[in-house]
Amino acid sequence: MPPILNASGCLDALTAPSVARQLDAFVTKTVTPAAREGNPPPRIAETEAGMLNSIGLQNPGIDAFIGEHLPQLTGLDVPVWVSVGGFSAPDYAEICERLDDEASVEVIELNLSCPNVEEAPETAAQLVAAARAATTKPLYAKLSPATWDVAERARAVAAAGADGLSLVNTIRGLALDASTRRPKLARDAGGYSGPALRPIALACVHACAQVVVLPIVGMGGVTSPDDVLDFLAAGASAVALGTILFSDPLAPSRIRAELDSARTPAVVLSGQVIHGLARKSASQQVLSAE
Amino acid sequence: MTDACNSLLLAGREARRQRLQVTGTELVGPYTLLRLERGELEPGVPGQFFMLEAPGRVLPRPMSLCQAPPGELTFLIDAVGPGTRTLCALQRDDAINVLGPLGNGFDLNVHRPLLVAGGIGIAPMPYLAAALGDPPAVLGFRSELHAEAGRLLPGAEIVVEPRLVTQLLPEDLGDVLACGPEPMLEAIRALAPRGQLAWEAPMACGYGACYGCVVEIGGRLRRLCVDGPVVREAA
Repeated sequence: MPPILNASGCLDALTAPSVARQLDAFVTKTVTPAAREGNPPPRIAETEAGMLNSIGLQNPGIDAFIGEHLPQLTGLDVPVWVSVGGFSAPDYAEICERLDDEASVEVIELNLSCPNVEEAPETAAQLVAAARAATTKPLYAKLSPATWDVAERARAVAAAGADGLSLVNTIRGLALDASTRRPKLARDAGGYSGPALRPIALACVHACAQVVVLPIVGMGGVTSPDDVLDFLAAGASAVALGTILFSDPLAPSRIRAELDSARTPAVVLSGQVIHGLARKSASQQVLSAE
Repeated sequence: MTDACNSLLLAGREARRQRLQVTGTELVGPYTLLRLERGELEPGVPGQFFMLEAPGRVLPRPMSLCQAPPGELTFLIDAVGPGTRTLCALQRDDAINVLGPLGNGFDLNVHRPLLVAGGIGIAPMPYLAAALGDPPAVLGFRSELHAEAGRLLPGAEIVVEPRLVTQLLPEDLGDVLACGPEPMLEAIRALAPRGQLAWEAPMACGYGACYGCVVEIGGRLRRLCVDGPVVREAA
């Protein structure tokens, strides 16, 4: 059974613990050095085949995250992956150094590709190198699909010390109000997710799996067991659920149960093992089997 | 046939998710009253809401409970976009997934309740009025057609634009419980700073996951699904 995670930013485990407990690991919303209030509303808009969001990395900042949130997350008894963001290489290095001492953090996912805030000036590989120098924890690089050659970027972050890839982040999109023809979101464009992203994400996973031997967490519009099998066949070793959690908070259990009962067609697996999932307890296994 | 009901702990409370059959729909002025079998879902506190699957759409839609007749849950829906249009087009024996109840409802511990609603903001008022023993109510609508929805709250005073609900409010307001468009809520907040106001925002999940439904209230951004939708300002 492939591990099922959530995509960063698509679940608050402390508000919805019974959703988090269905997962093989919980990935936090991106944490930045300082607290961020996030972008002004409206922040979301639905389209025919997906949704746009412009949350803007709302988070309590690394001090409050470590002091208040992380102890509570640890109490959920689900492996914790922390998504890390910033606006420069020293930002990433600072947070990774802080998290390096936290035993309950299994994996650090580097958000190198948020479409809703100003990006760091350094390349993805430079940010990974800065993080690598600051921590020994497994580092997963979350890449944007909006690049002319995602495989080249995968090669670069692997060379810089990434232990795995999270593919993909949302891609920038725009939705207009039908009556005013003005952008629906306060910040105009937002990150596009949901079923429309799936073929784009599959192409990225497929391309990266050809050039690196790192484990890949595939994400982008996963809603069904078939989608999971597609991502595994394309080269992912695990999948993460994003937009589907908004409409179906029982999606992890449902998809796992359907994968269990379906006659699974042969999928050539990548053979790569995802880091940091060992802490899954027996009680969760029972819950996820519901 | 009723599908399995699943229980979830969301924002410290139990909510349930179940596929519920449509028992009927009726037009109320320009709005549609959607009636669903109740299944194993609890109706919750007036002002709480449910996430209703909108068939064919990526996201469900948040709707406050309108009435809780025996064995049923009803929702008053204004067909303003693709999701609400598909909900209004549901037919008897169709079935949709429903999650709830969610969010903070009205505090029913009030001495002299006065219900105030504008437009589709009437949606939670029938259930609220039933819980409070049919207190006085003032409703505002943009047209005579919209004002037909007033029949859901017999005995309410009704104004139609250009007159506004705020022009009909008594001097001594008592305990205001209100739902309606933002300008109306802002006007009521100015008159009744301790009133209970039910706000609205686009919402993806309804249970605190997406951070999409923030609204600036009193200078602070709040997640309406877990900090609201009913918000009462501190004195």
